[in-house]
Amino acid sequence: MNRRDFLKSIAAAGLGGALVFHGLDKFGTEAADIVPNSKRLQAKHWGMVIDVSKFNTAEDFQAVAQACHQYHNVPDIDNSKHEVKWIWQDDFEHTFAELESKYLSENVKKLKFPVLCNHCENPMCVRVCPTQATFKRADGVVVMDFHRCIGCRYCMAACPYGARSFNFFDPRPYIEEINSEVPTRTKGVVEKCNFCMERLDKGLLPVCVEASKGAIMFGDLEDPNSQVRQVLRDNFSIRRKVELGTGPSVYYIIGGGGEGA
Amino acid sequence: MLEKALYGSKRYYAWVGLLMILIAIGLVAYLKQFNYGLGVTGLSRDVSWGLYISQFTFMVGVAASAVMVAIPYYLHDYKTFGKIVILGEFLAVAAVVACVLFIFVDLGQPTRVLNIVLHPTPGSIMFWDMVVLTGYLVLNFVIGWSVLGYEKKGFPAPRWVKVLTYIAIPWAISIHTVTAFLYAGLPGKHYWLTAIMAARFLASAFAAGPALLIILCMILRKLTSFKTSTRAIQSLATIVVYAMIANVFFFLLEVFTAFYSNIPGHMATFQYLFAGLGGHNNLVPLMWSAAVLAFLGIILLLIPKWRRNEKVLFLALIAVFVAAWLDKGIGLVLGGFVPNALGHVTEYIPTGAELAIIMGVYAIGLLILTVLYKVVIAVREQSIDNNQSEAL
Repeated sequence: MNRRDFLKSIAAAGLGGALVFHGLDKFGTEAADIVPNSKRLQAKHWGMVIDVSKFNTAEDFQAVAQACHQYHNVPDIDNSKHEVKWIWQDDFEHTFAELESKYLSENVKKLKFPVLCNHCENPMCVRVCPTQATFKRADGVVVMDFHRCIGCRYCMAACPYGARSFNFFDPRPYIEEINSEVPTRTKGVVEKCNFCMERLDKGLLPVCVEASKGAIMFGDLEDPNSQVRQVLRDNFSIRRKVELGTGPSVYYIIGGGGEGA
Repeated sequence: MLEKALYGSKRYYAWVGLLMILIAIGLVAYLKQFNYGLGVTGLSRDVSWGLYISQFTFMVGVAASAVMVAIPYYLHDYKTFGKIVILGEFLAVAAVVACVLFIFVDLGQPTRVLNIVLHPTPGSIMFWDMVVLTGYLVLNFVIGWSVLGYEKKGFPAPRWVKVLTYIAIPWAISIHTVTAFLYAGLPGKHYWLTAIMAARFLASAFAAGPALLIILCMILRKLTSFKTSTRAIQSLATIVVYAMIANVFFFLLEVFTAFYSNIPGHMATFQYLFAGLGGHNNLVPLMWSAAVLAFLGIILLLIPKWRRNEKVLFLALIAVFVAAWLDKGIGLVLGGFVPNALGHVTEYIPTGAELAIIMGVYAIGLLILTVLYKVVIAVREQSIDNNQSEAL
């Protein structure tokens, strides 16, 4: 084979390969389509309502955070600089700084607000990610591909809620018991709450919702008959930093669901 | 032409050897980071970008500043810059390589860096930063190297090089504009969310970059046969002082907006940087040093008598360079993360390993600069020899 023929055959092989891949692409399927479970929970826009008044004691919330972190293989790193957290608590003044009141009710002052990823309608983390490792599913859940993340942490700078954690080192030694249903992470990638997408696809509600004994409600925000919409109709609700236009999907109510705030 | 970098004086070998040692130290520190993770740095969940990204940002400015020599020479036929325009282009090459390396060492998963190319995402400013920086690197290298090649053979540069030099001018503006957009489009980071960010970046770059170039010209004049004319140095110094005045002016505009509006979020970072916030005040001495150096540099450069005294000029340029570096290479990136999304303050202190890696990256940049400048000087020396022998 002379040089010219060799180059020709290389070009032909390349072209053929490209056509094959192009063809395969057409039959591409959504990951969710191949989950063989008809019980899969579906929604147009998953959202959450947190009734803060139902977290009466520190233990109430601890149970929720622990359930989440255990289920998701979140490492327990006892160092605020390197810690990884998907759901945690802060007080009203920090969670809702822009709603500051000089004479905040004693009741609200005492409350601790669970904070987590807001699964925004316009997620800044998705917009800035240079590899689409963070993306929004059709049902509104903002999730990550841990194998694609290059660890540039642009999403951490972009998230106005501080919802993202970075694995500054191998997290696995800090996981007490590994749950094999969901992945563990490697060093050098970002992670955050994923609204338990693995569970939704199996027909289960998020772990925090189950562990919260009714304090956290979850459902389709676009379905007027859903429980979350019912609760939002009956209660005054607030969301974090709405002025930024991110469209958070996590709503907060204060004062027993249904009884009014 | 590259072979010319292999032969030099003892002092040249010693300098290259020193840089090699610094690079080796940086490499060892990087291997430690590569194995363990970014936990070896002072970065944290709250201050998730640190000196790597801030050095990257600053060096993009140094790279872009080549245009301050290129515009007068290529667009206005200002022949005084004819000899040093190549120094500007090669400074840009070395600076862009340093930029790319600073991004690389900042990655948590460096082996996946090509994902930026495999999954191109035009919505991400980081994607565009990669595009413009790569393009700028190629442009400056090709322009500088081919101009020098033709010079060596005694021919004027062909037309296509000229076309590239015209493309390189807006391209230089683009690299720093896109880099500013990395920051200026993020909701919730008040210190960064400002329309004047790109203008500030360019002003700061056009002060610090040419200041560095003059310093390099002065060093070359002292140590080598490359003698930059006093006129070229004075013209560049004038560019430095006006750019620095614009830079300080833009900064004061930010201060006005923040404090006259009295919006807490807009004031918080300024308070943290210049007075401390909630007892956290690591950066306060650095930021006040920047302020003092900026004004000192401007005054020394503005008064002709002092500017023309090269000893004073040298000090003034260092003052301007350090002030710009403290502002953009420290305060801008670190300040942006304070306070954090929930209003808490976490401070950042770089670690030894982190500083060693930074030193290593700068040493690589300096090595590239040294080699490129060595080639330039050797080619110019040779052409002088040729001319002299022809004259005989």
